[in-house]
Amino acid sequence: MKIRLDNVIKTFDTFRAVHGVSLEIESGELVALLGPSGSGKTTILRMVAGLEYADGGHIHFGDQDATDIPVRNRGVGFVFQHYALFPHMTVAENIGFGMSVSKVKRSKAEIAARVRQLLALVRLDGLGDRFPGQISGGQRQRVALARALAVDPKVLLLDEPFGALDANVRHDLRRWLREIHQELGITTIFVTHDQEEALDLADRVVILKEGRIVQQGTPQEVCRDPRDPFVLKFLGDANRLTGEVRAGRAIAGGAEIAAPGVADGPAEIFARPRDLDWSESGPGVAATVTRVLDRPGERRVIALAGTGEPLEFDVEPERAIVAGEAGFVTLRRAKVFSLA
Amino acid sequence: MKRHVLPGLRLSLGLTLFYVGLIVVLPLAALAVKAASLGPADYWSIVSSPRAVASYRVTVLAALGATVFNLFFGLALAWVLTRYRFPGRRIVDAMVDLPFALPTAVAGISLTALFSVHGWFGAALAPLGISVAYTPLGILVAMTFTSLPFIVRTVQPVLEDLDPALEEAAQSLGGSDFTIFRKVILPLLSPALLAGTSLSFARSLGEFGAIIFIAGNQPMKTEITALLIFIRLEEYDYQAAAAIASVLLIAAFLMLAVTNALQARALRYTVKG
Repeated sequence: MKIRLDNVIKTFDTFRAVHGVSLEIESGELVALLGPSGSGKTTILRMVAGLEYADGGHIHFGDQDATDIPVRNRGVGFVFQHYALFPHMTVAENIGFGMSVSKVKRSKAEIAARVRQLLALVRLDGLGDRFPGQISGGQRQRVALARALAVDPKVLLLDEPFGALDANVRHDLRRWLREIHQELGITTIFVTHDQEEALDLADRVVILKEGRIVQQGTPQEVCRDPRDPFVLKFLGDANRLTGEVRAGRAIAGGAEIAAPGVADGPAEIFARPRDLDWSESGPGVAATVTRVLDRPGERRVIALAGTGEPLEFDVEPERAIVAGEAGFVTLRRAKVFSLA
Repeated sequence: MKRHVLPGLRLSLGLTLFYVGLIVVLPLAALAVKAASLGPADYWSIVSSPRAVASYRVTVLAALGATVFNLFFGLALAWVLTRYRFPGRRIVDAMVDLPFALPTAVAGISLTALFSVHGWFGAALAPLGISVAYTPLGILVAMTFTSLPFIVRTVQPVLEDLDPALEEAAQSLGGSDFTIFRKVILPLLSPALLAGTSLSFARSLGEFGAIIFIAGNQPMKTEITALLIFIRLEEYDYQAAAAIASVLLIAAFLMLAVTNALQARALRYTVKG
């Protein structure tokens, strides 16, 4: 099912949560709405579900205007951040709930068979008789997904699906959700504030800020060509240096890098920690090491530039470097935005 | 003994057990001892006398009626107070506690004045052939008044804490409002409803002050068990008073046992597996 949002607006009391968002999601696509808290991502998801009504604009499901269709008739499967499983029902009863209240009458045996099939899909065979309070968080998340899938939704919506889980479980569930999506091919939108989750999982990432879309594209597009400093910083750690562009080259302190197509004048230079190099002698930005953090794959160095700007960069695990050491930082790769 | 993180277990447990013994167990034991000092035959003849049985009947039936009424009305009131925001909500919320605060005798006298043939309600009901004051119906009205807060106040906090996402989830799965109430909300409220119901019923069984003014207190018709006990006390027949009181006590114990069992059943999903 193709989804189209057309200039959708939502205001809570006096606070405008969503400012005229337009978005198209292709049938079968897996899309992430990514943004910090307060960016309106959950509100957009809830409007697509019909749990909130838009104050302006339209939401289309295929050729149908779904803007005013209530959630119970919209044919969406919604997975809540804290699962919202019915605590007094067993896992099987939770999964079967949608079928048992449906206008389409099914026999008990029919429902039981479908529940077994869904339990197998989410790899929870044999746990049907447990209550939600008796299973782990990751298992609850999978029950919530099975329950949403049980009503054969046209669209699957997930609100911070892995937010409440610990890192290992999150990683496994991410891969598993991707597999399920591949298997069922159902149009899926999920909300997250975790850029790694969005980039790992989604076909397309929609980045939001203060109720507006700042950029959308494949993970490759948004990572390689962030449109503004907000997107760049939100997608991962970045160092910011202020400098100046002259004739296609950006200069900050003693460091220089090519900046084709950027207008002359003051500019911001952003570089990821692994795109900075450290050397004992110049040229480069003079800096003093304040702390070294050891990580499995690299050593992360925190340093203070002579200009007072903090810098973070990675060096090889074998490299000897200690706090207090002075040296120079050069740029290997950077993104330059004009401040003019 | 297992070590506990919080200090003061022995002191606090000792003190509370001492007070429970002093304030609750001791009087009840005295009651049991007094009643037991009667021989079985005498005991039976007192507790099964026609006047006593008639008092149980009117007390229990009126208490049941009042409790059933409060079950529906109290749930509705708790629902309205938690779910909707309307002007005067806080005032209504505060009024729920009035039956607790008001001396029950005052409630009894006001209700009698309202429901007597010349009172506002009594005069309006008279042409319909309904009389409330000095009938079992009056007892039911008085019990309803004094036990109203129990169900509201036990259900209200549970309703307030109910995760709105549960209802949203049920809606997204296609449930109608009625289905969601019946299959999701009501089962989650049922332990609180049971607790409130049993408190409300227990209070009605023991209510005295509000009832004696409106009931008329005719032996065999509108005489409640609590009043019969009081009459026996005034006659210095302490053993008979204790015997009849022991019947109320046993009834209260049985009811608490039943509600506890029902509650445990309603809460079985909370048991960790």
